[in-house]
Amino acid sequence: MSPPVEDEAPPPLLEVIDLHVSYPTASGPLPAVRGVSFSVDAGESVGIAGESGCGKSTIAATVLRLQPKGASVEGSVLVNGQDTQRMPWGQLRAVRWGDAAIVFQGALHSLNPVQRIEDQIAEPIRLHDESVGKGAAATRVGQLLESVGLPSGRGSAYPHQLSGGQKQRVMIAMALACRPQLILADEPTTALDVMVQAQVLSVLTDLVYDLGLGLLLISHDLSVLGTTCDRVLVMYAGRVVEHGPAASLFDHPLHPYGGALAAAFPRVGDPRARFAPVGLPGDPPDPQALPSGCPFHPRCALATEECTTTDPPLEPMAPCREVACLHADESRDMKLLLARSRLQAARPAGSATAP
Amino acid sequence: MSSLLSARRLEVTFPGRHGRPDAKGVDGVDLDVAPGEILALVGESGCGKTTLARTLLGLERPSAGSVAYDGTDLSYGRSFLRSYRRKVQLILQDPTGALNPRQSVYESVAEGIRIHKMVRVHRKAGEQVTEADLVARALSQAGLRPPQRFFLNYPHELSGGQRQRVVIAGALAVEPAVLIADEPVSSLDASIRGEILALLLKLREELGLSVLVVTHDLGLAWNIADQIAVMYLGRIVEVGTTEEVLAAPKHPYTQALLSVVPEIAQNEPVVLQGETPDPTKVPPGCRFHPRCPALLGGEAAAAGVDGDCRATPLPLLAATGGQRAACWLPGRLPPS
Repeated sequence: MSPPVEDEAPPPLLEVIDLHVSYPTASGPLPAVRGVSFSVDAGESVGIAGESGCGKSTIAATVLRLQPKGASVEGSVLVNGQDTQRMPWGQLRAVRWGDAAIVFQGALHSLNPVQRIEDQIAEPIRLHDESVGKGAAATRVGQLLESVGLPSGRGSAYPHQLSGGQKQRVMIAMALACRPQLILADEPTTALDVMVQAQVLSVLTDLVYDLGLGLLLISHDLSVLGTTCDRVLVMYAGRVVEHGPAASLFDHPLHPYGGALAAAFPRVGDPRARFAPVGLPGDPPDPQALPSGCPFHPRCALATEECTTTDPPLEPMAPCREVACLHADESRDMKLLLARSRLQAARPAGSATAP
Repeated sequence: MSSLLSARRLEVTFPGRHGRPDAKGVDGVDLDVAPGEILALVGESGCGKTTLARTLLGLERPSAGSVAYDGTDLSYGRSFLRSYRRKVQLILQDPTGALNPRQSVYESVAEGIRIHKMVRVHRKAGEQVTEADLVARALSQAGLRPPQRFFLNYPHELSGGQRQRVVIAGALAVEPAVLIADEPVSSLDASIRGEILALLLKLREELGLSVLVVTHDLGLAWNIADQIAVMYLGRIVEVGTTEEVLAAPKHPYTQALLSVVPEIAQNEPVVLQGETPDPTKVPPGCRFHPRCPALLGGEAAAAGVDGDCRATPLPLLAATGGQRAACWLPGRLPPS
């Protein structure tokens, strides 16, 4: 049967529209994600940056409806145009693995220690398509291992016989098992050292190029996202505060928070970073008691009176760039921003406050 | 500059089990940490950098060679180690794991003060202090001010950055001369990282502490270290000032490590294939040769040293001198 004539562009692989997620706690609902919208197209890699607790992992889990029971979700998450939050259970099972697969944070501990890795990779293949025989599954496992740069013979190994980087590549191979179009990778390289991180990131970027997959990569390290992704979203306190092409965002952040994240990982050889580590004073805000106005203002070098009352929305700024900051014009000058944050870093370190 | 903490021809061997050959965690290392110096020890997981740090702390006994503190070789009796550990303190990677969840901040910091009888040490020196004074002093040196507000907090009530500051305060409380920090910021958020690194710099300035930072993060080294030693498979393969080693690396391994630091608009990264090789099977010749881009790419053959790379062992790098690399390529080894 031939498909009907397309009169419009196909929907993006992943479209998140005004997503709100909150978790129930003893002291009332805890808003983890507060109105986030973005999309990921085929062949595109999108990064989400932010510190612990900013809601970035919640987004990844919510895409496949893996959020904890009881979490309240508003807005929609469309995978291939289908809303995962509202689809029936049977369809959701097919979407998980089949349309989109997730590589978790701390994946090093997600492998079953007493099962050979080839059996673990074959499991989703055979669960999703009962017509696949044992032999065909084994062939596919071999191909998958090779696609992530492991010899197919390694399939007979147990997880303890693999190094951290190899285990992480097995997790990526497993995510590819059912030929998904979208990969969600939540801090896939956090526990790995630089050389292995480079190997894993190059496997992921090759997949995006070769197979035209969509990649949503989540990390607290803006420099990793800067080299791997096409576009980056910076999140703070459950919201996107900055969005733009990865390279220009990393080089010229418009939001002071984006600036702090970019400066946290200095460029080796940059004389300005020598003996001048740049930190951000203070701690991330409590999601249940967000500061008034812009939630970043208590930690912001550019904050003024207005920031304590007005919470700016995400607005277009430069070409392809969006930012939620009243002072984005000023912070566009990276030098000024760096000078200010260095002043703060040089302040007596009594900045940590009592809880 | 004389050295405060030094290693000479240091080797640490772990016996192989079930008839397997011994693993050489540290395989001949000369290293000096000068007073007030920040030295970064960098390398991949499994290269022996943590084993070297543990041996410098006296937690691991060398199978050959020696560790010396302030000119005296370490002996491994209880009383010597007790006084040694007051002088050389360890800061671990994960502050959540390093703190007892059922101990208040005060108790955590006071533990070392009690073990090392710091109140008596101060009284002997003619300074009347109480235990609470010393805890408060350590907390405020670590940037937790006002310190009294943190006394009764438990680790779960603190943020990640505050927890790491408590761990550092616990180390500072016994008034050490050297801090050995094993990946001090790798489990922390980006925004906290700079604050903790700034604290280490401040402690060096205000208290004259020496710091040995064990890390795989070259950006961290660029941020705070005076000297860098690059370790590969139990040996130091390149050492020099941070500017020398990171701006003009001589060893192909250091060059490869630098090329994969995630940055934009850099040269084509040299991603080495394979993991750090097995310390039970150290390759002959240069231990890096099976993965060396200069050998695989023909640069070594063009210089006529490829035979040496595969077969001739390299000399150990001395602990002092300018930038020096253990590599057979011309101009890399220091003149003997």
